[in-house]
Amino acid sequence: MNHYPLWKNLIIVGMLVLGLVYTLPNFYGESPAVQVMPLRSHLKVDAALLKRVEDALKSAQISTEVLSQDATAIKARFSDIDTQGKAKDILQAQLGDDYIVALNLLPRSPHWLTSLNALPMYLGLDLRGGVHFMLQVDMKHVLDKALDTATSDFRVTLREQNIPYAGVSREGNSLSVKFRGAETRSKGLSELSSSNRGMDFNDSDSSKDFLLTAKFKLQEEQVIQKAAVQQNLTTLRNRVNELGVSEPVIQQQGADRIIVQLPGMQDTTRAEAILGRTATLQVRMVEAHTHPDARDYSPEKIEAAKRGIIPAGTELLYSRRDGRDEPLLLSKQVVFTGENLTGADASIDQQNSGSVVSVKLDAKGGIAMKNATREGVKRRMAVVLIEKGVAEILTAPTIQSELSNRFQITGMRSTEEANDLALLMRAGALAAPMEIVEKRTVGPSLGAENIARGFHSTQIGFVAIAIFMIVYYLVFGGVSVLSLGANLLLLVALLSMLQATLTLPGMAAIALTLGMAIDSNVLINERIREELRNGIPPQTAINAGYDNAFATILDSNITTLIVGIALFMFGSGPIRGFAVVLCLGIMTSMFSSVLVSRAMVNLIYGRKVRLAKVSIG
Amino acid sequence: MELFRFKNDIPFMSYGRWTTTISLATFILAVFFLATRGLNFGVDFTGGTVLEVHYAQPADLNKVRQELTEIGFHDAVAQNFGSSHDVLIQVPAKSNTSSSKISDDVLLKLKSGEASVEMRRVEYVGPQVGKELFDNGAIALLMVSLGIVVYLWIRFEWKFGLAAIIANLHDVVIVLGFFAFFQWEFSLSVLAAVLAVLGYSVNESVVVFDRIRENFRKMRKSEVAHIIDNAITRTMSRTIITHGSTQMMVTAMLFLGGETLHYFALAMTVGILFSIYSSVLVASPLLMMFGVSREDFIKPEKTTAEEVLP
Repeated sequence: MNHYPLWKNLIIVGMLVLGLVYTLPNFYGESPAVQVMPLRSHLKVDAALLKRVEDALKSAQISTEVLSQDATAIKARFSDIDTQGKAKDILQAQLGDDYIVALNLLPRSPHWLTSLNALPMYLGLDLRGGVHFMLQVDMKHVLDKALDTATSDFRVTLREQNIPYAGVSREGNSLSVKFRGAETRSKGLSELSSSNRGMDFNDSDSSKDFLLTAKFKLQEEQVIQKAAVQQNLTTLRNRVNELGVSEPVIQQQGADRIIVQLPGMQDTTRAEAILGRTATLQVRMVEAHTHPDARDYSPEKIEAAKRGIIPAGTELLYSRRDGRDEPLLLSKQVVFTGENLTGADASIDQQNSGSVVSVKLDAKGGIAMKNATREGVKRRMAVVLIEKGVAEILTAPTIQSELSNRFQITGMRSTEEANDLALLMRAGALAAPMEIVEKRTVGPSLGAENIARGFHSTQIGFVAIAIFMIVYYLVFGGVSVLSLGANLLLLVALLSMLQATLTLPGMAAIALTLGMAIDSNVLINERIREELRNGIPPQTAINAGYDNAFATILDSNITTLIVGIALFMFGSGPIRGFAVVLCLGIMTSMFSSVLVSRAMVNLIYGRKVRLAKVSIG
Repeated sequence: MELFRFKNDIPFMSYGRWTTTISLATFILAVFFLATRGLNFGVDFTGGTVLEVHYAQPADLNKVRQELTEIGFHDAVAQNFGSSHDVLIQVPAKSNTSSSKISDDVLLKLKSGEASVEMRRVEYVGPQVGKELFDNGAIALLMVSLGIVVYLWIRFEWKFGLAAIIANLHDVVIVLGFFAFFQWEFSLSVLAAVLAVLGYSVNESVVVFDRIRENFRKMRKSEVAHIIDNAITRTMSRTIITHGSTQMMVTAMLFLGGETLHYFALAMTVGILFSIYSSVLVASPLLMMFGVSREDFIKPEKTTAEEVLP
């Protein structure tokens, strides 16, 4: 009766072994490491880069514990922090600005564990130290900008189609166009509605004017806002890369919020400055260059400029491609800026099936582009990104024909290059201003202290419970303590496996679930005692005790599970971290307190046919 | 070893009037303190800035306060936190200067006065976010309560669900009453603890209810009051040991867990104490009051023959 079939025992042993394997990485701890990631998407993480890193470290006589390569980065682990710092400096100097060299911590667990994907628990910012920002995207600004763009688009469209109108004005969230007669209005309506499909048009008459009002469809509004948040996310990703943080988290939360988490970052002032920075994108004409196929070919002027003779109103800048610098003499006059840019996307050109970047401008930018290119066919034009006062030429294509508000930049060698250019052009500016609505910083010393505190209280609490249980229930108490230990093991393994973020409230939840998990064993032990007291023979009492207690254990755990799930769904921040651990802890405790403890009891008492007495106090 | 061995059932139900009166009085007191003193909401809910800084030598609070006044934060509060080396500075949110920059300004000023000052923790919560966290917390409480009632309703009977939720919400109100009376800081982790208390005390009631249901089936000839008394008495030992064990863990957190876990553990402690009381001495009398009877569990046998379909 108190005997588990072999398969059941095997499952239990199997689970415990699995638990042990995935818990192990937590014991090895972490070592200081450096990770190298390319900043531009056309640069690859490959064997060649690995070789460069290896050679650079070897020539500086720095020994690594492990040097590995994965999909996104080259990682090198060192024995101490001094070596880590030295290695970072050397690598940054050797690899230059195209790569980020970030400080990191890597698990010290042996290779066979890492290859099983067994990693230590993922610690939250309150345990490892770092900055957490929540940014709110100004959605009103996004719509305002879209309406402003639409206003000038309306004017341009009506003018181009020679439809007379008296004016376009904005009232709140709608635009109204004044016409002098019903006929021009209906012509205007058909023209405008075909070029602005995302808007709803209504006509209304006032005392002397024929009005046409336009409003964004709700769907379109959402599309516009979504695009703005996406662009801000992209921009933030680029900027965060620059901070050299090893595992940044940048994600959208809700419709209009962005969360940025920078583990290990201490300097919040710098982080804030970089996140909030406004970069400028400018498009300017090239006055002289060294490319014989285009107009203004003038190596002499460039040579002169290199010697310091720069004509008034121009400036010498370098365009970098394939690691070579091409000198260009640029006009200081700006054709259009990032403000006028409404879109830049990489796509495939149908005609010559090469990668291109399709650029969209607002009406003002379109007019400026038209004026500049009408006289400028076969001249070159440079796209310049100015960040932190440093100007960088992204590309300097040759103008092939007269252009307006939609055009393509061709000659991209690969999709990556096109993607990169589109990204950088868009990244020139945030689509909408953002405000920091929440900021939490935890210093590294407090983080380490929090880990120690959480660990200590769990340890002391566990030992206290263990002593009490063994004194009170003797052998059955011992079994309960072992199954509680199994519960802790499985919980830590599950957290490590899922890589769920462990926070300080999460640690509290570990302690609390342990304190609550013992309830199941107490219920079982009390039941067995009660059955024994009623004069039932020990073997039957054990069986009855487990059976009768099970319904109660299930009920009480399900109610706690309901609490956990509700907390996870509706809670925020620390509450979620607490809820995740609580829910997982309930599941592991059901397994360990019922199955594991039963298997142990079976092992101890199950085989004895004539059992006269059990040790339950 | 056996600490709690009761030969006869303790007539809990005959004390029903007393125990419910006591808990009603506690409940009213708690509501009174919540209404008059209110909760001392932390920065999570009110919005504002909190900085925790560490000095190499014992901090001079007066100097810190003076420095805060110098840069225009007259309403900032500075106090020791944990030890004399640690200082906690709170700057309330103001609608006009609700900026995340405040913490940078304060740190810069403190560093200029004393270079050894070390930033331990900075929290800035905008007023809008604070309000949302508050609303989410309220929704979580509501959903947890509803979920429990529905589950107990399905698993037992509506009388049980209602009795349990009244008894357990009463625990939650009393925990909140304690926080109001002592003006302990009410933060997000305390809210988590309060909700955990709710789950925990329901757990407690479920164990007793389970026994009551079992007794209804076994003790066919007994009075309802006797059935409940027997259920409580026989789960008494388990109740005390389980809570004792959980309390051991919570006590460890209370003293060793640091400041953040301190209030979490405090809320749990109050909650655990009252959940023992309420599940035994409130939920069960309520169950009696709602008129629980054997018929709620044992359906009268069906006498009509099943219809046979042609």
